[in-house]
Amino acid sequence: MSYSLKENLMKEERLAGGHRMCAGCGSPIAVRTILRALEPEDKAVVCSATSCLEVSTFMYPYTSWKGSFIHNAFENAAATISGVETAYRALKKQGKIDDSYKFIAFGGDGGTYDIGFQSLSGAMERGHDMVYVCYDNEAYMNTGIQRSSSTPHFADTTTTPAGKVIPGKMQQKKNLTKIMVAHGIPYAAQTTFIGNFKDISEKAHKAIYTPGAAFLNVMAPCPRGWRYPSEKLMEITKLAVETCVWPLYEVFEGKYTLNYRPKEKKPVVEYLKTQGRFAHMFKPGNEWMIEEVQKEVDRNWEDLLKLSEL
Amino acid sequence: MGIRERLSGNEAVAYAMKQINPDVMGAYPITPSTEIPQYFSAYVDNGEVDTEFIAVESEHSAMSTCIGAQAAGARAISATSSCGLCYMTEMLYVAASDRLPITLAVSCRALSGPININNDHSDAMGVRDTGWLMLFAENNQEAYDNYLQAMRIGEAVSLPIMICQDGFITSHAIENIELVETEKVKEFVGKYEPQHFLLKKDEPMSVGAYATSVYYMEAKRQQAQAMIDAKEVIKKVGAEFGKITGRTYGLIETYEMEDAEEAILIIGSSAGTAKEAIQELRAQNKKVGLIKIRSFRPFPSEEIAEALKHVKAFAAMDKDDSFNAHCGPIYAETCAALYAAGIHEPKGINYIYGLGGRDVRVESIQHVFAELEKIVQTGDTGETYRYLEVRE
Amino acid sequence: MSQLAKDMTPSITWKEMTMGCNIYEGGTSEMVETGDWRTNKPVLDWDKCKQCLLCAPVCPDLSIPVGKDGKREDFNYFFCKGCGICANVCPFGAITMVKDEK
Repeated sequence: MSYSLKENLMKEERLAGGHRMCAGCGSPIAVRTILRALEPEDKAVVCSATSCLEVSTFMYPYTSWKGSFIHNAFENAAATISGVETAYRALKKQGKIDDSYKFIAFGGDGGTYDIGFQSLSGAMERGHDMVYVCYDNEAYMNTGIQRSSSTPHFADTTTTPAGKVIPGKMQQKKNLTKIMVAHGIPYAAQTTFIGNFKDISEKAHKAIYTPGAAFLNVMAPCPRGWRYPSEKLMEITKLAVETCVWPLYEVFEGKYTLNYRPKEKKPVVEYLKTQGRFAHMFKPGNEWMIEEVQKEVDRNWEDLLKLSEL
Repeated sequence: MGIRERLSGNEAVAYAMKQINPDVMGAYPITPSTEIPQYFSAYVDNGEVDTEFIAVESEHSAMSTCIGAQAAGARAISATSSCGLCYMTEMLYVAASDRLPITLAVSCRALSGPININNDHSDAMGVRDTGWLMLFAENNQEAYDNYLQAMRIGEAVSLPIMICQDGFITSHAIENIELVETEKVKEFVGKYEPQHFLLKKDEPMSVGAYATSVYYMEAKRQQAQAMIDAKEVIKKVGAEFGKITGRTYGLIETYEMEDAEEAILIIGSSAGTAKEAIQELRAQNKKVGLIKIRSFRPFPSEEIAEALKHVKAFAAMDKDDSFNAHCGPIYAETCAALYAAGIHEPKGINYIYGLGGRDVRVESIQHVFAELEKIVQTGDTGETYRYLEVRE
Repeated sequence: MSQLAKDMTPSITWKEMTMGCNIYEGGTSEMVETGDWRTNKPVLDWDKCKQCLLCAPVCPDLSIPVGKDGKREDFNYFFCKGCGICANVCPFGAITMVKDEK
């Protein structure tokens, strides 16, 4: 069935308004889009790691989740949802439940790349029928923009401030999607918000409806942490894709597919200049930083091209 | 009558789990509780239970999966020891505050460091304020019996429950045991029918709220009430268990306390050693007795105060240390219980004993009673914070 | 005793609160107005709107409802925080951000 934005939007929204995420936040956009990928006859239990998303969507007594929801802690969304999924199988086997359920966990990059990494790895390896979604905003935003292992090279965060001696985060971003692929899970994909949301919507559907464990990595910009005007969200995600900073690809049963190949790969500087977190890279004498990032992006892109041609 | 068997404490608990046939087990190996998920996995893989077993990658995930499963409407269980219990501590608080009656079997072991695999109560006592119900067993029979009563108690007050036994001492030692027929177990334990759960038809549920200071304290007060209410439930379930097995349980067990002038309070397997020591001393006409604490959470303060009110001196025996330069938890809570009851007469001392598997012999306990006798004779309590059987 | 979120008011006692701060309904945050966070508000020029719907999926605040006829409706100002993403993606300049005079 071909994708139609109109039909997609006519589906039930499973995230409610009245949540307390900042204006222009990327995370609720990711959540509502992914939940719309559920077929109307299916219910879902959602788990969120402790994060901006969690504290903003279930502040007692106000829940923004229209279906069942569980928050447990920061580092264990994957383990928690795997417990729910296992209970479902146990109760279904005993004939105690007749509804059809899907299981989706959300975590920020801190809760996924860092503190929740072990729990995620365990759940993926065990192969629960679940989807883990990382809404990647590249730092610990809930606690005030501290670096994570997902923070890009040289980014200015509150624990990697662009100082006189150390100019921001000195390490590259961890490639979590590839690590998840290495688990041998049936489906892993990287996506973000582009155009009519075809890419993210189709990937969410595949992730939910491929039996077994699936992983989605969604770039979800944070206007406060990245320091850009909130209305620019879709320009930034587009530039991330056009510069190949955040390539759109999916891996189905080990086979890499590149979902979008820019006609003309834009220089990374186009992306970097849109955000205050990279502003120090544009100071005279810091040209090497931009060059280095360009080299890293090129190398990762070449790797991906090779993998997708295999 | 029950079925006579010879089982280790771990196997007895695993067998109780099998008889109950819970929905989900999430567990991770750690000495000395490893055998419990091992035995249980064999039941699962041989189709002897309906349980789904999740072989998680850590104790933290073990408790996290249990929280997810129990919130989803399943009976969830786990087993652990020592550092494993430490590692899941964060989740223990969540299980209690979410009001999920998960059952956790603990084979108690010392904590690192230095690393040590033998028994003491540092692990269990370290999580005493997590909001879990905690029952301790003296022997294999009690470990088994406590496990059979656990879900009835936890589910009645919507609190998770820990069934503790002493690592190696009871977990690995094989003893004669009387098992309850599986049909009777199923009838006694009953079905788990939660009012609300994530997978309930036509009722979406949100679990794990962010509670601001407007609500947080009310939530805690509610939790505290469940712990208060648990005292009666433990007694009621223990009495009902007695009707079907002849083995009745309460919050504490008193031994030779009717006319005792000197008493010790103890938890776990050392109670057996203490009983033997008391028998020998009684033969010498010493008026000595024992209070064995079965339920540490809730803490049986009234029962302990009542049992101690006529003694002249007591020793609270802590198999762990609070490292507060003062006393261990049993001493602290016993003194608070006496003070709350307005009882000021008995003189009390505290012994830290049996750390990291340090042997507790009949003579060790008799030494404690000799010290109590000295206190009674001289009227001088001396140092209250003492270590037993340590090389000076 | 009510277990409804609307009755879990800040003056509720511990005896009346839902157990463990659990909530037994979905979407109760719809009672919460977040529109008052806004400084600018989006205004739709219905004549310019071509119903391409590109504005609807980008809204973080569920403030651009799409009806059963597949057409977008007016903004839900009760939730809209005025981020401006919708105005920025509109290919037809049909959405303008204006100062929200309250």
